[in-house]
Amino acid sequence: MATASAITAEREHYLNADYGFRSWLLTTDHKRIALLYLITITFFFFVGGFFALLIRLELLTPQGDLVQADTYNKLFSMHGQVMIFFFLLPAVPAVLGNFLVPMMIGAKDLAFPRINLLSWYLFIIGGGLMLYTMLTGGVDTGWTFYVPLSTAYLGTHVVLAAVSIFIAGFSSILTGLNFIVTIHRMRAPGMTWGRMPLFLWSNYATSIIQVLGTPVLAITLALVGLERMFHLGVFNPQLGGDPLLFQHLFWFYSHPAVYIMILPGMGVVSEIIPCFSRKRVFGYEFVALASIGIAVLGFLVWAHHMFVAGISVYSAMVFSFFSYLVAVPSAIKVFNWTATMYKGKIYYSTPMLYAMGFIGLFTMGGMTGLFLASLGVDVHVTDTYFIVAHFHYIMVGGMVMAYLAGMHFWWPKITGRMYPESWGKLAAMTIFIGFNLTFFPQFILGWTGMPRRYHAYTPEFQVLNVLSTAGSTVLAVGYLLPMVYFLWSLRYGKEAGDNPWGAAGLEWKTASPPPTYNFEETPVVTWEAYNYDDLPKEVPVVG
Amino acid sequence: MSDSSEALATHELRHHFENMEQQRGASSMGMWVFLITEIMFFGGMFMAYLAYRYEYFLAWQEGSQHMNFWIGTVNTAVLICSSLTMVLAVLAIQQGRRRLTSIMLAVTICFAIAFMVLKGMEYHEHWLAHEFPGPAFHFAGIDPRHVEMFFVLYFVMTGFHALHVLIGIGLVSTMLYMNERGHFSADYHNPIENTGLYWHFVDLIWIYLYPLLYLIGHHHVG
Ligand SMILES: [Cu+2]
Repeated sequence: MATASAITAEREHYLNADYGFRSWLLTTDHKRIALLYLITITFFFFVGGFFALLIRLELLTPQGDLVQADTYNKLFSMHGQVMIFFFLLPAVPAVLGNFLVPMMIGAKDLAFPRINLLSWYLFIIGGGLMLYTMLTGGVDTGWTFYVPLSTAYLGTHVVLAAVSIFIAGFSSILTGLNFIVTIHRMRAPGMTWGRMPLFLWSNYATSIIQVLGTPVLAITLALVGLERMFHLGVFNPQLGGDPLLFQHLFWFYSHPAVYIMILPGMGVVSEIIPCFSRKRVFGYEFVALASIGIAVLGFLVWAHHMFVAGISVYSAMVFSFFSYLVAVPSAIKVFNWTATMYKGKIYYSTPMLYAMGFIGLFTMGGMTGLFLASLGVDVHVTDTYFIVAHFHYIMVGGMVMAYLAGMHFWWPKITGRMYPESWGKLAAMTIFIGFNLTFFPQFILGWTGMPRRYHAYTPEFQVLNVLSTAGSTVLAVGYLLPMVYFLWSLRYGKEAGDNPWGAAGLEWKTASPPPTYNFEETPVVTWEAYNYDDLPKEVPVVG
Repeated sequence: MSDSSEALATHELRHHFENMEQQRGASSMGMWVFLITEIMFFGGMFMAYLAYRYEYFLAWQEGSQHMNFWIGTVNTAVLICSSLTMVLAVLAIQQGRRRLTSIMLAVTICFAIAFMVLKGMEYHEHWLAHEFPGPAFHFAGIDPRHVEMFFVLYFVMTGFHALHVLIGIGLVSTMLYMNERGHFSADYHNPIENTGLYWHFVDLIWIYLYPLLYLIGHHHVG
């Protein structure tokens, strides 16, 4: 019998419960599936990053010397599609969410473990098709598939890319479905909605968007495919269609998709800030409801991508208003995180550095978003580098920082090992500096009129472009560092123990790495979330 | 008897649920959420239909006069009947009457196949009349280009619907097979209920397609 031998080193957990390829590829354990996703999206992150480096390299000089226009079009299209659909969208939900959602509510697994595995396979099929698209010549529609460019003019693999994203979209839908049902039905006794960690609230809000938005993208891409393959008129004006309808349908998904990318990141930050400030999060209810508010309002702003596309002035005014309004719940979150830190006992450990970086960069990205919500200013900066800088501040400065914050925070739980803290800090600083050096000049470039999506530009823009390219190499080094020391720590890292951060939250109340069914017995929750007042004031492991 | 069926039901409890009640709740909620995504999927097409109906009203009216009103109407009746037999199948298994459940599932499948056959005949008719969009499309009346668009949407919407009917046939057949193998009882019949939900959804989509494509615009012929 398995007597109480928990002290021995031979303790069974989800990593050593079973070995071999079969036990991984046919697993239904949410923690193992999270790791499958981790490997997959890391691969795609470096693929997308490689495209980004080529883009920055080309832009080092004003002339087109490294690549010509056609290749350049493919580079930024593939960069966008890979990064958005195969890294940013699944990053936090499919990796950290998969690992943590059941643990945080005290469940043994997600509600539908086999559907969870199916969603990874769909992701792999979509990703495989995307790779095939790249290897056979790529696609050059931009990530947006605008019609009629995509259906009537381009000779590249538009349909293949659309099918790959269609399939990956269903993987995203199934993850969202799983989270919604799990959070509704699988909470441990005592884990009321009001006691749920904010990470769950924001993943719940994300799931709502995934479930409601992604199918609309799917049918839109299906119609694009039909129009392109069979010459059926749906969007192409030459065939009687209306290209604006395409833009409405596309952005109906793709604006909320921005919140699929950022909301889970906000959830990560909401866990880390209280832990390293040793305080209960300020205004829990407001942060929780702000997630839902963002999800709802996020569905009402899509036409701000179409202010120069010829939509009616009156509807533009309504969309402008809602775009301002969606800034309110985002600002509530930022204020509450800052208020949480106020008079807290702050530990500047690696996850906290990333989280603080997130707050600053996300605020910059959000504030410049207000420029774009304003009808007049938007006309000035539409299709310039200002837009590029704005959304990279949200997605890279915001989301990737939050993702890395979460990876460092939960790495001890996932692997049972600590990463090297000083290297972690160094990487966090490198990434922060590299990021700002890359993207801040792009604000100025855009404001002074450099258009996006061109491989050549007038010489007056060169200095800022050189700065940006220099920054991107720093950023690349910054991203390689965690890759190296995370792998190193698997073998040489210190043993983490159950709760190295002295953090609240159910996931820290079980062993690291957790046993296959997460908890020895179903926990009963009798305390509020973030009860740092009842926990030691010190972080046990301080680097 | 109820003892053995309870034992059977507990046998179906998956490891990660606390009890049957939780498993049942989760799986039916999962189905509902899935159906919401389906509504959004069809929603994109309904949106396109409405936008273009508003923009090209005359062409839309022209197009809907070329629908086969009788096949459409009979098919509506067929689907509604199939929903009835599906409900009866769920009711029967709730009462533990396996034999009746199987019969009702089988009748549902027959109705679904009848729907597909009629739909196929209708498509064939359109094909012969050169109403299938593409190079062979030919239309003599006003605004042929937008009438063609009407037909594009007609084929896309009914095509995706027919695909869902096919999947439904597969699901109901699986339920029939499992029921014959004795998988279900008064205590455990969740998969049949979920299949029923899905089947009603497929029916419901048609209930919207039928008036949009066949009815509005049709009466004007007189
Ligand atoms: Cu937007």
